[in-house]
Amino acid sequence: MFAVRSGLQKFKIPYHFEIKSIIQYYAQWIREGKLKVSADWNKDIKAKFTVQDPCQLVRKSFGDPVAEDLRFVVKAVVGEENFVDMTPNRSNNYCCGGGGGYLQSGFAEARRAYGKLKFDQIKATRAAYCITPCHNCHAQIHDLSDHFAGGYHTVHLWTLICLAMGVLGENERTYLGPELAAVGL
Amino acid sequence: MTTEPIVLAKKRPGIFKDKVMEVLPEGGNLNSCLTCGACASGCPASGLEGMDPRKFLRLASLGMDEQILGSNWVWLCSMCQRCNWVCPMKIDIPQLVYHARRTWPRDKRPKGIRGSCDMALKHDTCSAMGASEEDWRFVVEDMADEVRQSQPGFEEIQVPIDKKGAMFFLNQNSREPVTEPDEMVPLWKILHAAGADWTYGSKGWAAENYCMFLADDPAWEQIVRTKVKAVEDLGCKVWLNTE
Repeated sequence: MFAVRSGLQKFKIPYHFEIKSIIQYYAQWIREGKLKVSADWNKDIKAKFTVQDPCQLVRKSFGDPVAEDLRFVVKAVVGEENFVDMTPNRSNNYCCGGGGGYLQSGFAEARRAYGKLKFDQIKATRAAYCITPCHNCHAQIHDLSDHFAGGYHTVHLWTLICLAMGVLGENERTYLGPELAAVGL
Repeated sequence: MTTEPIVLAKKRPGIFKDKVMEVLPEGGNLNSCLTCGACASGCPASGLEGMDPRKFLRLASLGMDEQILGSNWVWLCSMCQRCNWVCPMKIDIPQLVYHARRTWPRDKRPKGIRGSCDMALKHDTCSAMGASEEDWRFVVEDMADEVRQSQPGFEEIQVPIDKKGAMFFLNQNSREPVTEPDEMVPLWKILHAAGADWTYGSKGWAAENYCMFLADDPAWEQIVRTKVKAVEDLGCKVWLNTE
């Protein structure tokens, strides 16, 4: 998204549409009651979640308001008491080290050294799950958990929204841990 | 640490930093550094290759171009912009890094990023994993059929491609259709539940853009123009990013 937004400016390309993130609509649709989500599934399980603020979405695009939308959605689907924020966060968050072409660049050792800061930040929350609403973040944070034996899971936001709507299918649970693998089936 | 003083050449015409200043708004404030180190202290790339954002800028200011342009560090900075976010003078160090990447001959830039950019240029889909329009349509329609047949409550779910006048033009990272198509389904269910008027495009749907990371301006521009055309040809009002 950042590549399009900044490319439009840089190359002075005219366009006649708005550019939005689906995170903004997730929040809007939950507020409007169109997405009927409930965190009841996590009442007794009490699985703890943290969330990664993607640089390209937050700091580089829509700023803190979209970080608030993201938190609103996350709390609505996992339960407010089961959400633990990283420090620092929102526009001040650390990059995970998956962006900028890092994952493709071949500098794997440097990429993991870079990501150690993010890894420590996630571990400090003691959350069992890190929600990553960006693909580069997902791939990097997943790899950091494997490489440094973090033991946390890395999940997409859409997985949890569907879990909280009771419609998550059997084949859509690749990134959930064993304790959540059968919830709502 | 060196104990020898560094002696700078007296005449330093056309140093790299000055050339970058000419093309950045406000010159990227590249002459405004207070040397406070707020950038370096919060940069995850500090220390890699013995470099950090402050040092990179100081070397640039001193005209020590060889040390910054030849350093792999330009590829170890993710251009996440945290340094200029915290900078009291709003110095655009990420753009300095971007322009340093541009000075590398294209065939010397990291092969993986180059390959992803080149792949995206092959089809109007802009897919860095090389998915063609036919591949894309097949995977989406196949997956949608499977959902309609196997998931109760979603017998009527629609997954449109090239629906003219839809409100949302949804993009999708290539990773899903190419390696894990089941991961597209939760997204479709959410859009279905919200009653959203949306469509994918057969062209320009891929969310990724490695040509920017490669610092290949013409290729980056081509990708953006292809995506813009795809949205405008369908007359969609909102270009909706899945992330």
